[in-house]
Amino acid sequence: MSQVIGVPRETAAEEKRVATVPEVVEKLIKLGFKVKVQAGAGDAANFADDTYRVAGAEVVADAAALWAASDIVFKVRGPTPEEVGLMRAGQTLVSFLWPAQNPELMQQLAARKVTVLAIDSLPRMLSRAQKMDALTSMAGIAGYRAVIEAAHHFGRFLTGQITAAGKVPPAKVFIAGAGVAGLAAIGTAVGLGAIVRANDTRAEVADQVQSMGGEFVKVDYEEEGSGGGGYARVMSEGFQQAQREMYAKQAREVDIIITTALIPGKPAPKLITSEMVKSMKPGSVIVDLAAEQGGNCELTEPGKAVVRQGVTIVGYTDLVSRLARQSSTLYSTNLFRLAEELCKTKDGVINVNMEDDAIRGLTVIKDGAITWPPPPLKLPAPPPAAAKAAAAPAAKAHGHGAGEPMAGGALAGISIAAALLLWLIGAYAPAAFLGHFTVFVLGCFVGYMVIWNVTPALHTPLMSVTNAISSIIAIGALIQIAPPAAAAAGAGGRPDELIRWIAVAGIALTCINMFGGFAVTRRMLAMFRK
Amino acid sequence: MTASLTAVAYLGATILFILSLGGLSNPETSRRGNLYGIVGMTIAVIATVLGPRVSAAGIPWIVAAMVAGGAVGLYAARVVKMTQMPELVALMHSLVGLAACLVGFASYIDTSIAYTGAEKAIHEIEIYLGILIGAVTFSGSVIAFGKLSGKIGGRPVLLPGRHWINLAGLLAVIWYGRAFVHAPSIEAGMTPLIVMTVISLLFGIHMVMAIGGADMPVVVSMLNSYSGWAAAATGFMLSNDLLIVTGALVGSSGAILSYIMCRAMNRNFIAVIAGGFGTGEGAPAAKGGAQPAGEVAPVTAPETAELLREAKNVIIVPGYGMAVAQAQHTVYEITRHLREKGVNVRFGIHPVAGRMPGHMNVLLAEAKVPYDIVLEMDELNGDFPDTDVAMVIGANDIVNPAAQDDPSSPIAGMPVLEVWKAKTSIVMKRSMASGYAGVDNPLFYKDNNRMLFGDAKKMLDEVLVSLKA
Repeated sequence: MSQVIGVPRETAAEEKRVATVPEVVEKLIKLGFKVKVQAGAGDAANFADDTYRVAGAEVVADAAALWAASDIVFKVRGPTPEEVGLMRAGQTLVSFLWPAQNPELMQQLAARKVTVLAIDSLPRMLSRAQKMDALTSMAGIAGYRAVIEAAHHFGRFLTGQITAAGKVPPAKVFIAGAGVAGLAAIGTAVGLGAIVRANDTRAEVADQVQSMGGEFVKVDYEEEGSGGGGYARVMSEGFQQAQREMYAKQAREVDIIITTALIPGKPAPKLITSEMVKSMKPGSVIVDLAAEQGGNCELTEPGKAVVRQGVTIVGYTDLVSRLARQSSTLYSTNLFRLAEELCKTKDGVINVNMEDDAIRGLTVIKDGAITWPPPPLKLPAPPPAAAKAAAAPAAKAHGHGAGEPMAGGALAGISIAAALLLWLIGAYAPAAFLGHFTVFVLGCFVGYMVIWNVTPALHTPLMSVTNAISSIIAIGALIQIAPPAAAAAGAGGRPDELIRWIAVAGIALTCINMFGGFAVTRRMLAMFRK
Repeated sequence: MTASLTAVAYLGATILFILSLGGLSNPETSRRGNLYGIVGMTIAVIATVLGPRVSAAGIPWIVAAMVAGGAVGLYAARVVKMTQMPELVALMHSLVGLAACLVGFASYIDTSIAYTGAEKAIHEIEIYLGILIGAVTFSGSVIAFGKLSGKIGGRPVLLPGRHWINLAGLLAVIWYGRAFVHAPSIEAGMTPLIVMTVISLLFGIHMVMAIGGADMPVVVSMLNSYSGWAAAATGFMLSNDLLIVTGALVGSSGAILSYIMCRAMNRNFIAVIAGGFGTGEGAPAAKGGAQPAGEVAPVTAPETAELLREAKNVIIVPGYGMAVAQAQHTVYEITRHLREKGVNVRFGIHPVAGRMPGHMNVLLAEAKVPYDIVLEMDELNGDFPDTDVAMVIGANDIVNPAAQDDPSSPIAGMPVLEVWKAKTSIVMKRSMASGYAGVDNPLFYKDNNRMLFGDAKKMLDEVLVSLKA
């Protein structure tokens, strides 16, 4: 019995997206589902009801009928209280939900005994989950649209030109926060010909900024701002001071600022003060992508574009909706990928498998029980060497693992031979020798243990340093040159002169080695750099 | 300084040596590792000189000898070119070997410490072994130095029945060893000792002469190991724990390094330790396998530049040819140029590329190539299918597909860098001559392979000029 996926029309006023587009309807049907779409659901995103019918979906006139007939509901925004009222036990809802910000909604949904998958709770660190990552696809759109909005409000070209009517300098764009949205904005602005700079508290994104054609502006302060999960975290006061100075400098220089700085579960950091806005050139534009969380600019008014101090400040909260056709397509593809994960059997019945890390993270309510927040993700640990050893004793030796076992027979043979040898030594050798022998065997073992970890890149320096160390043999020559015992023994037949000359030669030779070896190793190692 | 203080100082030195080797395991800590080694050596030498076994009369001699030797060593370390590192290391091994021989002889004629009974026998066996290992290390290293610096031809010299010669030598050494231990006086013992030394020297020469140039990385690290054992044997002879433990450290580390090398070349470790390897049992190379068929497609430097410019992913595989031509700086210039253009350039290093372990890494480091784009074979072998251009600079056997495809090939089973899986491979080579293993390389005849003939440095300079144009 195949399940029904219902796609209601979004009820929020400015929401133009739709959770499933006709193209994806076809794919869902191939997975075995039936699809019902509320009349007019795709209108705002330019998907007519007829195109849904052609794709194989049934168009249902009103919301109540659709909710009643659906086993699974695909939505964009979280449900309104009215919509929650339409839900029935056993139903599954997939949408954005932001469980941390909406505890009441969570309680209401749990009371309806439904299962809810919040697409925003996807564990983004799992590379397997990236195909379902709607946050990323939406952020990319927002970044693109932010540049388009900025260009729209900006009274000049973004690209530099030299025309018969005079020279036009290229616009300078500064992008605060180089997450997905920031990077998309960099790419778009570079594509339009602007000079683009960007900053992020996470130092590791500098390469990504450069790869998109932007210039990374550093904050002159040492602190790492990566807060896990690809998000930034709150920085120290010293850092924030240095950061403010950098922003103030950028504000004076650039024409367009696009801010994308968000910290999960916190109001957006205020990066652009009203003084900074004042210092900007007249006609400049600020696009604040964090407007919904309060804005990165002090003067942002969420949902509006306003002119303050001669600077246009765009605080639209519906940038993604302004590109409704594109964002609907990407979002519905993300949901389709999720449907594939939920329905591996392709028989049109979903299985919310809580053993699967990605599904576990997404599922915030399971059959009425709140399962959010999920337990911390266990990233796959490298398999322990012992397990590998047990599995493949006959595997071809490869790599540099010390843990590769010998075949049992060979090991036993060597052990017996070693035991025999040790017994012989123990039986016949004098005590003094045994002490030295112990030291010798332990020395061999330490060398063995230490050397296994050396990276091949350092084999040459290692050899030259061991070579230098082997000139320890100088000690041998040193104690022969003039031992007090010889003096005590008098002329006991010891050819002092001869020994002295031999020892002097030995010391000179080993010193060539000693000094030369360490010096050349030093020289080599100084060259190794990152 | 009392005997106990000296012993404690030795203990400290030992620990520092272990830390030194441990520090060398990673580029981040390697400089500190070297420093530990220097400090350890300083402590050991000072503790010995001030210790109870050296009287004040010897100190001027010691200082003079150390200043002379140290000056020569520092001078050599300053002037040596990075491409000559293998020669220098081989030469230094020979010094350790020679020193071990000298100390052995001196210890034998030194009558100030008298032994009796089993102790005397053991002491004499220790002397005998110490000199034996020292002599083999000395002569073997000298020959290795000659081969590496090109003063002696790289081809293996194989005497008929060479295994029998070695066996006869071993028996003679054992026979004279018996005579030596039973010798009633020092004068009588001297003859067997000198005969054994000569045999050992000849054995060292013979052993290394029989090894082809391609196997030099193993030889160098093996000699490194021998020099450690020589030091350990000397330690037994003089009842000095510091020498024993340090020698054991160096010896085992060299042995493990050789073992790693052997595995990288799919050769038998035991055969290497016994010497005379690098030759299939009488089967001459290049005759067993089928001759590769197909056309060789030459390419010019500007065309190479064109290919590189259009590539997204490039892997450079350097070999001994790069070292010989001193092309590493030009290679880096090309790399930098391409990286600035956004091309992902990486280096694939085969464990036995060059003439000593890690040789390529040192050269690339000298040319300022950042070490995080220099990868090991295992790290990037899987990436060749996604690579647009694989550029092989003066390497041959380590990129030979016959090692995987042709079971009758002398290098069958040796792990190789799979450059032929790249969209295009470019092999930079002086001529079509085969590599050290003497095997023809089917790679040259593959459809997606191009040959850039000429001296690596000259050709790369031309490529760089075309790239910048």
